[in-house]
Amino acid sequence: MLGTFEYFVDQAINGVTLGAIYGLVAIGYTLVYGIIGMINFAHGEIFMIGAFVSIIAFLTLGLLGLTWVPLALLLVLIATMMLTAVYGWTLERVAYRPLRRSPRLAALITAIGMSIFLQNYVQLLQGARNKPLQQVISGGFEIMREGDYVVTLSYLQIFILLLTIVLMVVFTLVIGRTSLGRQQRSCEQDRDMAALLGVNVDRTISLTFVMGAVLASVAGLIFLLNYGVIDFYIGFLAGIKAFTAAVLGGIGSVPGAMLGGLLIGLIEALWSGYFTVEYKDVAAFSILILVLIFRPTGLLGTPDIEKV
Amino acid sequence: MTAADILESARPLLDVEHLTMRFGGLVAIDDVSFAAAPKDITAIIGPNGAGKTTVFNCLTGFYRPSVGRLTLRRNGQEHLLERMEGHDIAQAGVARTFQNIRLFSQMSALENLIVAQHNKLMRASGYTAFGLMGMQAYSEVEAQAVELARYWLERIELVDRADDDAGNLAYGQQRRLEIARAMCTEPALLCLDEPAAGLNPRESVELEELLLFIREQHGVGILLIEHDMSVVMEISDHIVVLDYGQKIAEGTPQEIRDDPAVIRAYLGEEGSAGAERGGGA
Amino acid sequence: MTDIIARPLAGTRPFRLQGALKEAGLAAFVMFALSLALIAVRVEDVPGGLAIRWRPFDVIAAVVLVFLGRLGLAFLRNNRPAPVALASGLFSAVMALLLIVFVSGGGGVSWAQSLLPFSGFVVNVLVLIISLVLTLRAGLMWRRGERADAGTGVGDTMDRLAASVQGVAVYVIPVLLVAAIIFPFLPFADRRILDIAILVVTYVMLGWGLNIVVGLAGLLDLGYVAFYAVGAYAYALLATEMGIGFWLCLPFAGAMAALAGVLLGFPVLRLRGDYLAIVTLGFGEMIRIILLNWYEVTNGPDGISGIPRPTFFGLPFVRSPPEGVESFHSFFGLTYAPVDRIIFLYYVILAMALITNQFTLRIRKLPVGRAWEALREDETASRSLGINPRNTKLTAFGIGAMFGGFAGSFFATRQGFISPESFTFIESAVILAIVVLGGMGSQIGVVLAAVLLIGLPEMFRELQEFRMLAFGAAMVLIMIWRPRGLLAHREPTIRLFEKGAGKR
Repeated sequence: MLGTFEYFVDQAINGVTLGAIYGLVAIGYTLVYGIIGMINFAHGEIFMIGAFVSIIAFLTLGLLGLTWVPLALLLVLIATMMLTAVYGWTLERVAYRPLRRSPRLAALITAIGMSIFLQNYVQLLQGARNKPLQQVISGGFEIMREGDYVVTLSYLQIFILLLTIVLMVVFTLVIGRTSLGRQQRSCEQDRDMAALLGVNVDRTISLTFVMGAVLASVAGLIFLLNYGVIDFYIGFLAGIKAFTAAVLGGIGSVPGAMLGGLLIGLIEALWSGYFTVEYKDVAAFSILILVLIFRPTGLLGTPDIEKV
Repeated sequence: MTAADILESARPLLDVEHLTMRFGGLVAIDDVSFAAAPKDITAIIGPNGAGKTTVFNCLTGFYRPSVGRLTLRRNGQEHLLERMEGHDIAQAGVARTFQNIRLFSQMSALENLIVAQHNKLMRASGYTAFGLMGMQAYSEVEAQAVELARYWLERIELVDRADDDAGNLAYGQQRRLEIARAMCTEPALLCLDEPAAGLNPRESVELEELLLFIREQHGVGILLIEHDMSVVMEISDHIVVLDYGQKIAEGTPQEIRDDPAVIRAYLGEEGSAGAERGGGA
Repeated sequence: MTDIIARPLAGTRPFRLQGALKEAGLAAFVMFALSLALIAVRVEDVPGGLAIRWRPFDVIAAVVLVFLGRLGLAFLRNNRPAPVALASGLFSAVMALLLIVFVSGGGGVSWAQSLLPFSGFVVNVLVLIISLVLTLRAGLMWRRGERADAGTGVGDTMDRLAASVQGVAVYVIPVLLVAAIIFPFLPFADRRILDIAILVVTYVMLGWGLNIVVGLAGLLDLGYVAFYAVGAYAYALLATEMGIGFWLCLPFAGAMAALAGVLLGFPVLRLRGDYLAIVTLGFGEMIRIILLNWYEVTNGPDGISGIPRPTFFGLPFVRSPPEGVESFHSFFGLTYAPVDRIIFLYYVILAMALITNQFTLRIRKLPVGRAWEALREDETASRSLGINPRNTKLTAFGIGAMFGGFAGSFFATRQGFISPESFTFIESAVILAIVVLGGMGSQIGVVLAAVLLIGLPEMFRELQEFRMLAFGAAMVLIMIWRPRGLLAHREPTIRLFEKGAGKR
């Protein structure tokens, strides 16, 4: 079984689903790094909050008697995007804006502090235990069969892929075509000059955090739907792996983040499928270290020349 | 001194041969060769973006040249700088200052000068082991290092600020301290990247005196990037002119002053005699 | 609408109440959105799935308090302290009264409970503290009639305080040292207090060790716990498998940790600050995962138990020693007391911590220590002075790791049992928080921060639940308030003139 093509396809499908989550979170890291040059260490927690908002929204809708799945999904999606975005906005406003001109390490330590704070905030408010959710989207269709081994593509996986692709297309258009995207890129290049030219830098940075949070919240929803169980700690590992994805793709590059997410998802799924599940995180961290040592600019990043 | 004298006096302290530096498709320095004689002040001038600082960065190991050979001669030994790491180059005898001052701003002025004597002190402290044990031999070397630092602090008139954070010094004082710090490494070649930038006329004159003193008393060759033409013409023995990464002229201040190619580079086609640009005297 | 121009004070601009209300309203709205999902609803396990519990009153309380607090700040910023002082003073008094009634009634006074804004007791205390701080600030402003220019005034005060702490250190440190030495014999030092003291001193030592890496060399290490783990496992394995004693193992454990530090550091130390932080974090997690899964050696999640206790020059602390071995109490003709062992452990870790401290103080004045600080300040300039960045950073990393390894060995021998659970990222974050909050590079700041962050929550068990929350909040607030840490004050490592002399 292990050697068959069907097994590979099955693992690859899992990997792509996982890659969608990492990719969506990685964009948040890349955007923030691009615009203010800091690692938003608390971004993983935003993803976790997105998952929590989603589960709460599902349960609330269930209580209200709304059971038609497409409508419920849409409402949950909107709720988690909006409410998680507020967390992203507040995070920047409260913790990062006062430190914008401070040393990098101060900002990173603040971000770690924020990460610890948000984790424990959710733990205190929602309890430390796992939160399971019964399957919302079930069923699927068979795409391959090898003896008893059936490879299915579930409707959930199709939904996840479509959602991710739509979001990424919309997002790429926003960055590439709108004046917001232009303002963002101008702030990346030179924040002071952009401000002189009338770009509202504070607002642009805030919106960057909001966009990152929106994408991360969708990743949280996908995580909840795909794995069916969440806890307050999921943001930590997912955050680091998404960051790895952003670095692998080339930090600062949005297509790079998507590609990196996909690759990390595939590597993790295939590693678990063919080697050992226990060491899958070690594999991800090793990739991070190797990329940073041998190709610090990542796959799609542009090298920056040190000025002296 | 004329160029001919220099050639006769000794083999050059520094030989730059066919230096080329490419960044991707951009050629920042294109086949530049020149030499710097010992105890000479060699100025590298040229319009902004001509590649002057890139030459320094190649010399001091921050960039690895794409092509070319950089030879430093000291005490009969030849060091091939293009193959060495930055910190080894410094130990071989090339010291530099930076266009944007790079002092250790939260360390005192004295500490800045002591750090510059790192390798000497490191050896004396038995790579930390003797120092931890508080050995006498190390204390003596440290006292000597403090004396050297005090000597340079006196030279740059900062003795009474010795224990203040370098970051709290005035701009001109920081410029001087950076030169003193470079001299504390006891170099053979001192590379100064726009030392007169931002100085007022009085400070510029003091700087000229300091550089001439360094050359006369310490026998150090100086490589100087400078936009202030009054300083360059006043103290340089030899001038190399770069434009768009290429050497367009080389010679004594008088020769450079009259060189039509230089005038063209600085003032465009219709340029006239005065080769001095805005920032000059 | 008209702007209400309030009584003008000297040099103030007109106060726009409308603007302040708008600001407060926005803050309240954001608070409402923040609380809508996570505070308003709590997901609870019930038999057969999940249920939800509504908490509308907490949301209302949070929104109202945020509105009032923001309004109060706006008043302060516009130099109108009087109403703020009065209002928040009144509020604080009522809160305090309610809390006192609530506590003195053993938590059973329902009318007091229902009048308190939040259901959680600690949250109410927190609100009271914030309100008291606001009252104090407004009151001081009112009396002095000055503007509250956020932070700067207080920051200067702290700078002066930090400098004077260094100034009086000559007198304070011997006192602290004597206090630390006689501590186990003070009347209140029972077993529980001693255990807490041992824990605090362990973290002080870890803080001092990490201070070499973060404070002096400026390398942000988020995986310090990995070296702590290497030290602990090195000792535990050597002791349980080969029966080697604590004191013999100690140097070996330190060397193993240092080696781990050098091996990690070699490839990654050229990375820029925040990349290095993430890589070290990844390394710390890798070590934990390996410890968790390498059953043959580490016994996986079950950990290693039965780790021998340290002996006093071969004399064990037991009531009835095995055949042929004399125990500590019989050798010295004392009656057996279980607390002897705890006191001994306390002195062991105190000595280890003091050695770490002495080492750091000395090495700071040596060329390698100055090179660390130079690299922290400016790596490019350091290189141009002939300092080899990689080797110099490696020594800092290795030495810091070594002290982490020593502390890890002590941890293993003290606990008698170790498992990967003790070496999570949170531990690294705690140690880093101690270093950063105390003031990077400040030795005394580490002690202060360790007592505050480790000692206090241990003393008040009820706060345990809120410890990490407070941790995170403290890291953020202190960084915003003082980006260089509480007691960040640097003394030059060498002086040309005696302090105070030689200046104009």
